[in-house]
Amino acid sequence: MTDKTADHATPPSGLSQFFKALGLLRESRIGMFGVILVGFWVIMAIIAPLLPLHPPNTPMVPLQGPFTTMEDGTNFWLGTDHKGRDILSRLIWGSQLVLLWSTLATIVAYAVGIMLGVAAGYLGGWWDEAISFFANVLLSFPVMVLYLIIITYLGSSGFNVIIAVTFATGPAIMRIVRGLVLDLRTRDYVAAAEVRGERPLYIMIVELLPNARGPLIVDVCLRLGYTAITIALLGYLGIGLPPPDPDWGKMIAEAQPLGSFGANGAIWPAIAISMLVLGLNMLADGLREISLRD
Amino acid sequence: MLAILLRRFVSMVLIMAVISFALFLIFESDKSSVAAKVLGQYSLPEQREIWLEKNGYNRPFAERYLSWVGNFLTGKWGQSIQFDQPVSELLLPRLANTGILGGFVFFITIGISLVLGVLSGISEASFKDRAITVFSVLTTSVPEFASATLLVAIFVFWLDWLPGTSPFTNGFELAELVLPVSVLVIYNFGYYTRMTRASMAEVMTSQYVRTAILKGIPFRSVVLKHALRNALIAPFTVMVLQLNYLLSGVIVVEVFFAYKGFGKLLYDSALFGDIYVVEACTMVAVFVAVLSQVISDIGYTLLNPRIRYS
Repeated sequence: MTDKTADHATPPSGLSQFFKALGLLRESRIGMFGVILVGFWVIMAIIAPLLPLHPPNTPMVPLQGPFTTMEDGTNFWLGTDHKGRDILSRLIWGSQLVLLWSTLATIVAYAVGIMLGVAAGYLGGWWDEAISFFANVLLSFPVMVLYLIIITYLGSSGFNVIIAVTFATGPAIMRIVRGLVLDLRTRDYVAAAEVRGERPLYIMIVELLPNARGPLIVDVCLRLGYTAITIALLGYLGIGLPPPDPDWGKMIAEAQPLGSFGANGAIWPAIAISMLVLGLNMLADGLREISLRD
Repeated sequence: MLAILLRRFVSMVLIMAVISFALFLIFESDKSSVAAKVLGQYSLPEQREIWLEKNGYNRPFAERYLSWVGNFLTGKWGQSIQFDQPVSELLLPRLANTGILGGFVFFITIGISLVLGVLSGISEASFKDRAITVFSVLTTSVPEFASATLLVAIFVFWLDWLPGTSPFTNGFELAELVLPVSVLVIYNFGYYTRMTRASMAEVMTSQYVRTAILKGIPFRSVVLKHALRNALIAPFTVMVLQLNYLLSGVIVVEVFFAYKGFGKLLYDSALFGDIYVVEACTMVAVFVAVLSQVISDIGYTLLNPRIRYS
């Protein structure tokens, strides 16, 4: 962000940029913690099919405590839930679900937010007024109210969860991008492109978008965390992804009515979601720390 | 000042109008589904037609919307399908309960975060500062329903100190309020603390604070009399704006602890399809959110003389 001229001269590929950032992150202790926590769940989600786990949706022996070994030698490291399903297996398969859907939802929300933000910031005038007003209307809803209305109206499915997240977070992203673009559009290279006679769409996508990237990376990490919370939360409230696949929020919701018998089934997903979100927040902090340094 | 207020007020009314129209469009544009919801799935088409005619649903859409707005403004919020009770009678006590919960949370959170934020802001990069920052990142990362699960496991099932639900069946009980309030405070104070810290740290490096210190004014009174007031402008704005997020958290916590508040009512009604209650709850929630934005603007203006006198 600070190094604009160099950035513009040799646009590096997204991937090499990512690895450069990871290398820099080693200097930030909090960022490294974040990488480890997030990396743990990402790796778990990827290697879930390879791990020697019980099938996540198959009922076996209900309500076993942690570290139980059955007579026939089967282990339930974290115990089983009320339907006799292995909690460890559900936890790890659940990480796949949370990571997949929160990433998808964040990408869609970002695509919409960036498009609207760049349009509002660059085109200005009537466009800006209309888009900003629409964003203000959506931002006036407490997000939970928005989720409840959208999901009960559309029904609960993965696709509708993405729509709900886009409605709830798109406007905030749009505001950030709009602010960045308002700042960037006064730059010389934008004026140069205008003089060359480039069309607004070209200027928005080729000139403005890549340069607004820096500050957005921190926001992506934070928002991924919020979205992971949202996915789990909607699962907890019974309006998220449809059963029976293991979803961390749903695991808590299913264990809660059992009172103290369900406590074991509820605390593990609670710890898992907290770990993931903590990792993403620390990662964001680390990234912010480095971006402030150079 | 008056111009700012007026502009905010107009935009507030405009936003409320747009939202009310969107709500009406979503929930009541299809009148046959309204009749099906009110009279139940197994009602006869003739019954539904009579009900629609009697309640004015056969009028043109625009007319229906305007009369709905008129009724809404005069407090006629319809009849709850689920509870068979006027929505206003249902909603007001629930709002009062949420007010109790929210009030406790708001003031405790502000108290904790101001103290921690100022403590870490005046000694930037010290051990105390780092410890407070890490602690607040930690607590902000645990979502409400997760910390509620963990707190219930510890204080209800293991130690058996507190009740695990808060239905207030035997009237108001402080013990039932402890867990819901704690969960919300834990999740919310970190963000406010970091805002206060950032703002305080910035003010502490400003010229006039340095002058005050060099003049020989005791550090304590520099902080309390000179720095604090300016440092509070940004956090104040954020705190009031965050009421919106607090309200979201309140809904989750109310559902978790079966707390008979506004959020639980909205949740139950949304799942049941109790459209009149959902409409009323949403309008109230949005009103509170928009009002908090206006209050935050006014507060910002009052606290910041540069804007007040311009």
